[in-house]
Amino acid sequence: MTLAGPLPVPAPAGAPLESDARAGRGDPADTPGRRTLLASLWNNSNGRTGCVLVGLVLLAAIAGAVGTTPYPAQAQDPSAVLKSPSFSHLLGTDQFGRDLFSLVLQALYISVKIACVAVAIAGVIGTVAGIVAGYLGRWTASVIMRATDMLFAIPAILFALAIVTALGPGWLNSALAIGIGYIPIFVRVVRGPVLALREAGYVRAGRVLGFSRRRLLFRHILPNVAGTVAVQTSLALAWSVLAEASLSFLGLGPPPPTASLGEMVSQSSSLASTAWWTLAAPSVAIVIAVIGFNFLGDGLRDAIDPRARAR
Amino acid sequence: MLTGVARRLLSMLVTLFGVAVIIFVVLRLLPGNAVTAQLGVSAGLLSHAQVVALDHYYGVGEPFFQQFGSWLGAIFTGNLGVSLTSRTSVASLVGAALPITLELAIASMIIGELIGVLFGVFGSLKPGRLVDDLGRGVSVVGLGVPSFIIGTGLVTFLASEFHYFPSSEGFASITQDPWLNVQQIFFPALTLGLGIGAAMMRTTRAAMLEVIGLNYARTARGKGLSKRVVTWKHLFLGALVPVTTMSGIQLGYLLGGTVIVEQIFVLPGLGRLLITSINERDFPVVQTVTLIFAAGFIIVNMLTDVLYTVIDPRTRAS
Repeated sequence: MTLAGPLPVPAPAGAPLESDARAGRGDPADTPGRRTLLASLWNNSNGRTGCVLVGLVLLAAIAGAVGTTPYPAQAQDPSAVLKSPSFSHLLGTDQFGRDLFSLVLQALYISVKIACVAVAIAGVIGTVAGIVAGYLGRWTASVIMRATDMLFAIPAILFALAIVTALGPGWLNSALAIGIGYIPIFVRVVRGPVLALREAGYVRAGRVLGFSRRRLLFRHILPNVAGTVAVQTSLALAWSVLAEASLSFLGLGPPPPTASLGEMVSQSSSLASTAWWTLAAPSVAIVIAVIGFNFLGDGLRDAIDPRARAR
Repeated sequence: MLTGVARRLLSMLVTLFGVAVIIFVVLRLLPGNAVTAQLGVSAGLLSHAQVVALDHYYGVGEPFFQQFGSWLGAIFTGNLGVSLTSRTSVASLVGAALPITLELAIASMIIGELIGVLFGVFGSLKPGRLVDDLGRGVSVVGLGVPSFIIGTGLVTFLASEFHYFPSSEGFASITQDPWLNVQQIFFPALTLGLGIGAAMMRTTRAAMLEVIGLNYARTARGKGLSKRVVTWKHLFLGALVPVTTMSGIQLGYLLGGTVIVEQIFVLPGLGRLLITSINERDFPVVQTVTLIFAAGFIIVNMLTDVLYTVIDPRTRAS
């Protein structure tokens, strides 16, 4: 995939438009203020749905992390094996008599933890590489973009698969594998607007005033791609939750005593015809998390760039 | 035009070479090798001389660059190297698996495009009506529910309602038993196709809504052309560029998706070959299969770029 192609992979709609706004078209975004951003996030339906779902997921993950679950997550109760959902077991129990609701909370925590670390890796490396590639140009850019093209050519999930087998199972290795696979997307999404910003009036003014390159890059350009990065971060979280679940579904997630959503789905495949809730419980958790982060990303995009909302 | 194509091909080869290097380096991080994978714990009981002899036999003790060189050599001679565990050429393993994955990919793409384009086009003609709502419902499911959940659900449903188990019979190729083959491919293709259809539907619908109010569309209607001609020859053709972009992207994702779906539906395709070889530390197979997936992805992207110039004459100038 060459970036020189006539119509490359579409950058998120917010990207180039935001830079126009900053270039001084009298857009209210000139004086954004956190409050208006949050308000417009809450005022569009995507954003609100995203906030609510992500809020639920984070609450569940925190509950899983500190252990405030209805039952100890791994506690087995031989007298309550494969019970259907009821008031004592909200999502039913599995073949060992573990309470699925408690188990899902714990698994969500692992899943969110892996996703956050993965996105932190991809976001930091990808954003810095994207800014550098967009600003410096010439051979630095062509080296970075060439490497990005190569990484991009390996389907991300396959790459994660290779890395996680190479490093062995474990939550940190999963995070590393997923994060590395997502770097190229951040590079591409950030580089586009930076290319446009390089020639923006205030950046050229800064150059003339003799500001150091680092100052220009991180004090002047970075804040202006922050919105793009925020949108992409949310979408990346959705993808990471999905990728983590896929890896553990294939048996390459964190090893057994650790609860993981994908592994719960794969375990359920032999049980689900008689005990549907063993499939439904982890699936609903995955779907809420993935849809939530996606809606939040769409909502952020709409909030940052009102023109994209029309579509 | 010709030099453009030549440059594209050259840049594709450079990218592929880089991909080969990346894959090779990543796989060398693997703890253990084919010897330890085959012998398991008892590998620890081997004497030093035995370890050296086995490493030599499998070719895993050679220096890094030598291994890489012999792999590249094997790719250019066409036998793609020799599998460490089955001792057959990688080319023959891939030759057996590739058609299955290709068939799955094509079937999924057809299902996905049908769902996406039909719901997208008819939904955009009557926004907010039943077809539109139905289409958007399908797209929420397809985008939000990962393929391994849909797949697992589908397998469970088929097993409990129809007593159909994908693993009960060996895989039949389309030439051996076409009817059985269609049954075996349909459900995995549907699983993947739902996800593709969801993305295609969103793109098609948005692209149609962009052109539906344009002057040329009004002119076409004003000339008294039939509704079908306006919809397909004028509107859909105008919306085709984003639809093509999305098709390319989806085809790329599809290559990764086949790995999971082949696992669920026990199809002996490339994805399943990849997972088994990863577990057996069979480097030559893992390298080559990953490289094939990457090559597929690059070729798809190149074809999409070429398609633009066919669809939209405006892009030819640049």
